[in-house]
Amino acid sequence: MASVSLKQVRKSFGHTEVVHGVDVSIDDGEFVVLVGPSGCGKSTLLRMIAGLEEITDGEIYIGDRLVNAIAPKQRDIAMVFQNYALYPHMTVFDNMAFSMKLAGRSKREQRERVDEAARILGLEEYLERFPRQLSGGQRQRVAMGRAIVRKPQVFLFDEPLSNLDAKLRVQMRTEIRELHQRLKTTSVYVTHDQIEAMTMADKIVVMNGGHVEQIGSPLDLYDYPANLFVAGFIGSPAMNFLHGSLVTTTSGRAVRLAPDCTLAAGPTEEPDGRKVVLGVRPEHLVINGPAAAGVEAEVIVTEPTGADTQVFCRMAGREVAAISRERHLFAPTTRIRLDVMEGKACLFDPETGQRL
Amino acid sequence: MRSQTLNRWLDNRNVLGLLFMLPAAAILLVFLTYPLGLGVWLGFTDAKVGRGGGWIGLENYQWLWEDSVFRLSIFNTFLYTVVASVIKFVLGLWLALLLNRHLPFKSFLRAIVLLPFIVPTVLSAIAFWWIYDAQFSVLSWTLVKMGLIDEYINFLGEPNLARASTIAANVWRGVPFVAICLLAGLQTISPALYEAAAIDGATPWQQFRNITLPMLSPIIAVVMTFSVLFTFTDFQLIWVLTRGGPINATHLMATLSFQRAIPGGALGEGAAIATAMIPFLLAAILFSYFGLQRRKWQQGGADK
Repeated sequence: MASVSLKQVRKSFGHTEVVHGVDVSIDDGEFVVLVGPSGCGKSTLLRMIAGLEEITDGEIYIGDRLVNAIAPKQRDIAMVFQNYALYPHMTVFDNMAFSMKLAGRSKREQRERVDEAARILGLEEYLERFPRQLSGGQRQRVAMGRAIVRKPQVFLFDEPLSNLDAKLRVQMRTEIRELHQRLKTTSVYVTHDQIEAMTMADKIVVMNGGHVEQIGSPLDLYDYPANLFVAGFIGSPAMNFLHGSLVTTTSGRAVRLAPDCTLAAGPTEEPDGRKVVLGVRPEHLVINGPAAAGVEAEVIVTEPTGADTQVFCRMAGREVAAISRERHLFAPTTRIRLDVMEGKACLFDPETGQRL
Repeated sequence: MRSQTLNRWLDNRNVLGLLFMLPAAAILLVFLTYPLGLGVWLGFTDAKVGRGGGWIGLENYQWLWEDSVFRLSIFNTFLYTVVASVIKFVLGLWLALLLNRHLPFKSFLRAIVLLPFIVPTVLSAIAFWWIYDAQFSVLSWTLVKMGLIDEYINFLGEPNLARASTIAANVWRGVPFVAICLLAGLQTISPALYEAAAIDGATPWQQFRNITLPMLSPIIAVVMTFSVLFTFTDFQLIWVLTRGGPINATHLMATLSFQRAIPGGALGEGAAIATAMIPFLLAAILFSYFGLQRRKWQQGGADK
């Protein structure tokens, strides 16, 4: 096992730079998820760690070793591809044993290691089958088996679950997590799905447009997003953003969204009159709270999911989502009051998008 | 009443199927089965040009069996087919691998490679005739100017040289077909497989051995079957270049058949030679039929 560190890593294709100086350090045994919208450079970054893409500038270390000029096979890594990249003309056993065969390991060792991996992944019955004869989930397991038989320093996952159906995706998510807890191998996992990132990661790296937006634990990112991008990307339904300006009211600092329409902003050093974006997560909006506090809103639609109820409404000319544990059943155009839970509001600079 | 019966007939799957098959069947019968049958039948007669022959049984074949020129033509055909096919395969695969890389002017180069294939065979054969000409050969001229040889080479005048020259011309013409087909095959191999193999520790040669070749094998089987069939039955190139000479050294079964039947007038004997090619061609087809059967790894699983 090993740590991985990226120092000012850049990547250009021709004259277009797609990764602009990324610094990430990954501890030994950590499960790190690179997440971001498509085209943000997360896969390119992973492929640079794997050695499948050249590093234009900067340094990548695996353990203490600078790997910039080292071929993929000597980096002691294993990778699980999005489309699995199983060798179609080889049986499951041969797929998993291929790397050991190339390395000239004995037949006995190959057999032992493949059997062990197959047992962990529940593939014992399928070792003589060809990839074509397997279901999507089984192929996914074979791809992971191929990675774990090598006992690498680092696992790299490139959107491994995006070809599976929703139910299987949730199941495999748990399996990969369990596997990591069992093997404790440093893992770098790329996905565009923020729920995968939240549920699987020890540490999330949020990327956008070739830059790192924020690095932190899932709940840190959720509670303390560094900027509007992270705030909007993490969480579903997304955080509500309301433009307004700071004022001081009798009950403390607040954001005026419209005349006679203010929401509590919590303590802040910023001066009155400053233009801000107020960010509130849907579950931090109180519907029809005890006092007559808050702002009036008009219900557009109510979506009960059983565990909670999502209420979409219009407030100060903007659409806002609220989630409540109570089973509200508002008819459309019902007028309700929304208020922000104390200490749960985030303020952002509307120009730079940074959190204030 | 009658139209009702007709309608019922037309509603019948089998009747309808038969009707739709009729045009294709008619074309096959008139243009393939009939000439083939006629050829085989002629082989058992002593027909001459302008005179219908009578049934003479296997006499033509007995005669051919004793005929050293016929035996030589079988040897020539095999030599020509095997050597040319092997070279075409090796060169074609090499070209395909080159063209599959990221080269500058990639599509332009691919178009150029196809050139020998689109030129009519007779035209390229005439060009080769000039290239190989005893007095005006541009090849000889170049070699002499470079100081490598002293006198012009008589490419088509010496038996073995003529064989090599005709094989070279056939290879030149046949390589594009092999190269383009194999290139198409190469492009169906997912690049991710090579990346996975690179991470698994495979050298470029091991990637070629363990990924490219096995993944390409079904297409290789098809392409080489066609290539062998085309080469075995080659006629135009030889006829333009050497007419089978010198001393029958380049006579293939196809050219010998034509020479005996049309200029020689012995229709029956020519037909017998042509018929004698059938077993060999059948063998090649059977070989590829078994070679082409879907490999185990290609079977099963409805989705990709």
